Amino acid sequence: MNASPHRELGLTDAEYELICQKMGRDPNGLELAVFSLMWSEHCAYKHSKKLLRGLPVEGPHLLMGPGENAGAVDVGDGVAIAFKVESHNHPSAVEPFQGAATGVGGILRDVFAVGARPIAVLDSLRFGELESPRSLYLLDGAVSGIGHYGNSIGVPTIGGEVYFEGAYEQNCLVNAMCLGIAGHDRLTRSAAAGVGNLLVLMGARTGRDGIGGASVLASAELDTEDDSKRPTVQIGDPFEEKRVMEACLELLDRGTLTSLQDLGAAGLSSSSSEMASGGGVGLDIDVSEVPLREDDMEPFEIMISESQERMLCVIEPHKLDELTEVCDRWEVRSSVIGEVTDSRHLRVLDGGEVVGDMPVDALVDDCPLYDLEPAAPSEQIYPAPPRTLDADDPEEILPALLGSANLCSRRPLFEQYDPIVQSRTVRRPEDADAAVLRLYPEGDSAKGIAVSIDGNGRRVACDPYTGTVEAVLECAANLACVGGEPLGLTNCLNFGNPEKPHVAWQLQRSVAGMTDALTAIGVPVVGGNVSLYNESGGGPIYPTPVVGMVGAVPDVAATPGAGFGEEGDLIALVQPAGFAASGAGSELAKLRGEELPLGLPAIDIAAVQAVLDAIRAAARTGKLTCIHDVAEGGLAVALAECCAAGGIGAAVGGFDDLFGEGVGRFLVSGAPAAVEALDADYELVGTVGGDELRIGDLAWSVNALTGARESLAPAFA
Amino acid sequence: MRFGVIRFPGSCDETDALLACRRYGDAELLWHGDRDLKGVDAVVVPGGFSYGDYLRVGAIARFSPVMESVIEFAASGGHVLGICNGFQVLCEARLLPGALLPNHGRRFVCRQVDLEVANVNTPFTSACQPGQLLSIPVKHFTGRFHAPDEVLEGMEAHGQIILRYAEGNNPNGSERDIAGVTNEAGNVMGLMPHPEHAVDPLTGSADGGLLFESLSRQTVPA
Repeated sequence: MNASPHRELGLTDAEYELICQKMGRDPNGLELAVFSLMWSEHCAYKHSKKLLRGLPVEGPHLLMGPGENAGAVDVGDGVAIAFKVESHNHPSAVEPFQGAATGVGGILRDVFAVGARPIAVLDSLRFGELESPRSLYLLDGAVSGIGHYGNSIGVPTIGGEVYFEGAYEQNCLVNAMCLGIAGHDRLTRSAAAGVGNLLVLMGARTGRDGIGGASVLASAELDTEDDSKRPTVQIGDPFEEKRVMEACLELLDRGTLTSLQDLGAAGLSSSSSEMASGGGVGLDIDVSEVPLREDDMEPFEIMISESQERMLCVIEPHKLDELTEVCDRWEVRSSVIGEVTDSRHLRVLDGGEVVGDMPVDALVDDCPLYDLEPAAPSEQIYPAPPRTLDADDPEEILPALLGSANLCSRRPLFEQYDPIVQSRTVRRPEDADAAVLRLYPEGDSAKGIAVSIDGNGRRVACDPYTGTVEAVLECAANLACVGGEPLGLTNCLNFGNPEKPHVAWQLQRSVAGMTDALTAIGVPVVGGNVSLYNESGGGPIYPTPVVGMVGAVPDVAATPGAGFGEEGDLIALVQPAGFAASGAGSELAKLRGEELPLGLPAIDIAAVQAVLDAIRAAARTGKLTCIHDVAEGGLAVALAECCAAGGIGAAVGGFDDLFGEGVGRFLVSGAPAAVEALDADYELVGTVGGDELRIGDLAWSVNALTGARESLAPAFA
Repeated sequence: MRFGVIRFPGSCDETDALLACRRYGDAELLWHGDRDLKGVDAVVVPGGFSYGDYLRVGAIARFSPVMESVIEFAASGGHVLGICNGFQVLCEARLLPGALLPNHGRRFVCRQVDLEVANVNTPFTSACQPGQLLSIPVKHFTGRFHAPDEVLEGMEAHGQIILRYAEGNNPNGSERDIAGVTNEAGNVMGLMPHPEHAVDPLTGSADGGLLFESLSRQTVPA
């Protein structure tokens, strides 16, 4: 025997000894492969689980919390919205098109696995600076891949965000979020039940693609020889998934299935052991019954393959004919590959021969959890960004900010996605600060939801606690702009190597910030994902907690847009009591190449929450034309964005701080009577009109500002 | 008026088309594997990626059992509307002239565009005004209409070019800004823009409804 195969599979000596102890013997090769995946960071969350226990996971609207394939919230009428965000960072860094495409495919499966029809996708992307050829290659591939999968399967991509920072140069981030709709009674759990019930594998054949993807790609740092890992990236087939999805949803409609689970990371190993664990049962799986793409696959390869577009379900034996009929009609392969037992063991058979036999509890629950050893760095660990702006004159600064990679228009990107299929989309990308969907395209109901996804990693790099509080409040602010009341949040924690003390510190402080912000605003986490080891030779990525929120909108027709409307409309500024904008860690500071500070000004969460409540109420009146959150780039950028979106100018008084940032400020505009009726502390700052943006003595033509925002187009030329 | 909307494996916009049709009449889905058109008065071939479109767009759908019936239905004068992938399928089935090629930009593009109604004397545009501008979204990768010059000349002469992208709105490089065409008999239409996604101001525009309204006004053969 090789001296230490478990080490090559990423297990420590102590972990290996624990496995032997739980098994009562040495594991064979297949068992060791399965354990190594189930005990990987990706599946076992061994460095983050303890930390995540503090996050709030209860709320009045919560129907299904963390632990299922996706969480779900109640939107009334007996209807639920299921949603989740997940990362596909490492695969995308290796092969951006397929990495991003299968990221979308995977999150869609998570959502229809709980019985919900996917109704929307959002994505959150991070790349190195736009000047880098590698960033352009990754951006192009990832955007094409997301579009390829989402457009082809008929699920609209309704929103998202992208940032360009040097810290993501080697290690891009591709996080995808999906929402689905279902009746409460249709929500399906993954726990296997009913001894003697059949285990059926549906969908694509199993091949060698993605073998060890989760452990190899997602649980270790990338080295520079990424190409050698290309075979571990999965290949996506949206047409297969479309048919699998329709078949699964029809089977759930008919009540054919006892439980359903998607095959994601670690393939059959994790899906089957999690189903068995959830139901307190055992499973026998015969790998000789699994349809293969290549004939000569070993049993262990079949167990750990990450081939896409596969689902695993449990059914009562007498329902098999019904399942087969539905699958045949949708031209979906279905094979009985095993059955539910009372052994509480995952037994793997190859025909008549037992080739693996593992206690389910050991696989799922017994992986050791590690305490982080956080240590705050004494100084900023990230280098200053390159200086790209020398100007001191605000007239030059504003167009430079509007044209900068992080702030310019995302139109060239989102035009590659279909945001309208399924006829729910009331506010498309750039129409408003959050996407707005009506729930029922077939009726007259104006009831809907708002969705946003946010997470500015550079702010979190400046201050993991405050930056994360900002991310949560920013997401809630975007919902507030369209009248959305947050129902729940999903998160994806993208960090570096948690075994390094400064990364552990970032993770710990970030989760603390998320916990405090969510507790304060009363929003639970419904589920999410952790992506660690996002490092390369250049060091860790910016710590990037990405948060996605779903909010209730009682009347989608009332939602204001993000552009100024009519000549003579008033413009008001609403901000928290005692608000002070700050240039620390701002977009302007980045363009000027300033060092990232270590610490951001503290946030009065309660004061921000009061403003969010007022803004949400104002948005719901249906009387305002425009509500826009003042975010990166500060007040001048927000005003310019409202002018560009509305195609009309504005004149406002002078401000002390044009480009300073901070969370909780909003521009509100509409007819004078509507603005003056605002039930909030507001300051009237100017009026809409003309073809220039005038701020005090400064002036820019709206055409020039609009043109400045179009700098992303060459990236897709 | 009863509309039938075909559902291929890989169709994406069939439910949207169904809902749009139901604003102007009755509508039901027709399964790709079924030759029975269920006696509908008009057939809509919807958008999406029929059979995955891994070969050439529309190339496989064209051979489906339901399309055999649609070809007969069209030959006997029945009204057939192909939207996006449906347009591609109808071209592959030779029910419409020309072909759809990949966009000039070689990228998928989704955009709200203005269309100019070039012929109102068709069953699909009779509710429109001559020269009326319609705001309707496009979303496709393979939408650049192409036909040989002599074919285009013939189409112009017969009034078969019924929708054009308004100036500055051509999203894909289509020849002569062609967005929607009919066959020579005028009973089969294909267009790349999605009128079924423009039937409600709440979701962007109601201009596409005019096409369905036009069809619904057609007298139903006894």
